[in-house]
Amino acid sequence: MTWSESKQEKVLAIVSKHEIRQTRLLQILREVQDEFHCVPKNALEIVAAELGLARTKVEGVVQFYSLLSLEQQGRFHILFSDSITDQFQGSRGLMDYLSAKLGVKPGQTRGDGKVSLGFTSCTGLCDQGPAGLVNGHWLSRLNESRIDRIVDLVEREVPVSSWPLEFFHVEDNIQSPGLLLQSPIDQGEALKQLVREGFEEIFMEINRSGLRGRGGAGFETAWKWRFCAEGPEDYSGSSLADKNERFVVCNADEGEPGTFKDRILLNSYAHQVFEGMTVCAGIVGAKQGFLYLRGEYLRLRPQLEAILANRRAKNFLGKSILGRNGFDFDIEIHMGAGAYVCGEESALIESLEGKRGVPRVRPPYPIDRGYLDQPTVVNNVETFAAVAAIAAYGGAWFATQGTDKSKGSKIISISGDCERPGIYEYDFGISIAEILMDCGAENTLAVQVGGPSGGIISGKEYHRKLAFEDLGTGGSFMIFNKKRDVLEIVRNFTHFFAHESCGFCTPCRVGTTLLKNEVDKICDGHATSLDLVGLSSLAKFIKTASHCGLGQSAANPVLGSLSHFPQAYKDRFKDVVFEPGFDLDESLETARRMSARDDPWAHLEQ
Amino acid sequence: MSENTLTIDGKPVHFEDGDTIMEAAIRAGIYIPHLCHDPELKPQGNCKMCEVKVNGRNCSACTFPAAEGQKVLNNIKELNENRRIIVQMLFVEGNHLCPGCEKSGNCKLQAIAYSVGMMEYRFPLIYPKREMDTSHPDILLDRNRCIFCEMCVRAGREVDGKEVFAISGRGIGNHLIVNSPSGLLKDSLLEVTDKAANVCPVGAIIIKRHGFEVPIGQRIYDKKQIAEVSVATEKVLEEKVHG
Repeated sequence: MTWSESKQEKVLAIVSKHEIRQTRLLQILREVQDEFHCVPKNALEIVAAELGLARTKVEGVVQFYSLLSLEQQGRFHILFSDSITDQFQGSRGLMDYLSAKLGVKPGQTRGDGKVSLGFTSCTGLCDQGPAGLVNGHWLSRLNESRIDRIVDLVEREVPVSSWPLEFFHVEDNIQSPGLLLQSPIDQGEALKQLVREGFEEIFMEINRSGLRGRGGAGFETAWKWRFCAEGPEDYSGSSLADKNERFVVCNADEGEPGTFKDRILLNSYAHQVFEGMTVCAGIVGAKQGFLYLRGEYLRLRPQLEAILANRRAKNFLGKSILGRNGFDFDIEIHMGAGAYVCGEESALIESLEGKRGVPRVRPPYPIDRGYLDQPTVVNNVETFAAVAAIAAYGGAWFATQGTDKSKGSKIISISGDCERPGIYEYDFGISIAEILMDCGAENTLAVQVGGPSGGIISGKEYHRKLAFEDLGTGGSFMIFNKKRDVLEIVRNFTHFFAHESCGFCTPCRVGTTLLKNEVDKICDGHATSLDLVGLSSLAKFIKTASHCGLGQSAANPVLGSLSHFPQAYKDRFKDVVFEPGFDLDESLETARRMSARDDPWAHLEQ
Repeated sequence: MSENTLTIDGKPVHFEDGDTIMEAAIRAGIYIPHLCHDPELKPQGNCKMCEVKVNGRNCSACTFPAAEGQKVLNNIKELNENRRIIVQMLFVEGNHLCPGCEKSGNCKLQAIAYSVGMMEYRFPLIYPKREMDTSHPDILLDRNRCIFCEMCVRAGREVDGKEVFAISGRGIGNHLIVNSPSGLLKDSLLEVTDKAANVCPVGAIIIKRHGFEVPIGQRIYDKKQIAEVSVATEKVLEEKVHG
């Protein structure tokens, strides 16, 4: 089949718009996907040839990211979030309803090419679900009447850009602001302070603040920056600092199910986030920054681009920022394309370089060799927002809040069974019980702190505190009441990890699928107590032997529920009743007679 | 202790600057089990067979830098048990039918399975559906036996100077793809003398018409343990590549 010239032109235009750069491969493929509702083989060949890449490299990238597809998808591609909170809000039933109305099954494209359906991992709208995506744009608060209207729009082929705005309406939903959210900085405030006080002084403020990374790992921000600024050393121990370019990356690949705090920060506090990145650039000496925005947050992109343009106009970005010679920095937005593992910093860097998001071997760490093998700081959205506030208000302002080892506040995303889901910001050290009270949670069975990769806790632990030294979290806080079945939660999380494993290392690639199959077997009532022994040893192995954080935490839902809710597993065991074909005790009668015994030990119970 | 020395299971081992633990071990004639390592290729660390304990922490020996005074544990019960699980995982992930495979006896997966005492699958078989490529006149690609060590991918790129193989897909859906317009091996640049055609540790990529020149029972690992073979061949290669 020959491909029309106009289609070829379109692909070539996309490639040249991205300056024929290999690092833009993923960005190029996203646009090709938007244009053709798939990445056609011909387009793949053109992109490969133009970029000077093997076609296998391009295909490998397409097949890695779940928002890209080699198969033709519908002109309307509708995905429902399959996060556990969406499921508990009835998303599966709604999908059945939609699927019946449209006459197409999830995972398929309808014969006329008009529409395709599917499921996707958490879309970051757990507080206003059930949620989904249509052609990459958020759909919130789905229900049957809304679905009726969506079906009508699809059948009449009304372009998504003309759909009612209320379908896409997403609220910030800040229920309880704290330290950061209550006192946003004025635009440029942190940068003015930086230029006035000097880079070293502001670095000292950040050091004084005790700020630790908000993504979950909790590495001290100031130290990360110092290591990056000093750069790697060669074998003789002399610094290679002057030989390297440096990069600042903001990790906005908020993929942990149940987390949506970055959605709010980027929607309403984006200036502050970009300002934090710029402060970092000044201190470590970076000229280029990236915001790696998860594919599901596409809706935020135009406004973020506008804010960047505004900041350039005000000289908060660009050359000689605020008149300081040599302080040059700009920020580019890179979109993800549906891969949870890209939240891992080295996988994120691979993805930024336009590759499959496979976590790198560490060491070397990104602070030594990150983007394009240059020293790179990767910090969470919330970390950068905090950085800007600390630069503006001082380290002490921050350090006086929280606990000794966990200074400042934490923004958490509350979803699940409570009256008031949404965004809550607390000083570190708050107890789980207090949070549950605030959001109106009753009859709580369990709380998943930190998302599927975090831990599940039950009633006897609600006195525990949010803090790096007790319960650390990237921000996900899912509440489940006593009507919920723990094993359904475990099943959902286990399927999630099997779907998101990158497949690089054996323990995670094979282990997450074995774990999934085993949990399915238990949930379907085909398991016996022996299965639990195998499940537990498999889970422990995956945790210790995997290459990166994804694999190391993939078994947490199983291990946590086994220790907190063992009965939930036992309730699902197959009821094995042995009905021997003969009478055991009767068969021993001859032996009893021969040995002249009739004591209890000479009898068998059936 | 002299400079640039670490210990593996208590035995002092010298390393060069820039060495990984695996490289130091190979040079010292110590066997650390591995499936995705070859001295001629850039280490990648995907199979996780070579996981060792370095000062108490689990690390892949093939990628972890050697450093002064490291206490490395290799041949211990806990690690060997993990290695057995990895081999079992690889067996159930693909379709490995040793009795009917012409690589039997020359296969590193099979040899390691014997050496770590694998007696059963342990896990339920996954029975994936995978494609075979018989198009090339001299080389057979049977994806049923692929273990995703990426040796063929790296050998093509780093030694043969051609892009032939790549990994596509994600997670358990990973699969080996071939760089040619048709996606078939016959239309690729792969030649029978390429390292990529000969580096496969299992029977996924085999040279046609040579499978039974040596009878089963007289093949490499029929006669010697993989530890012995590995130490002998890789030491030579390691010294050739890294000095």
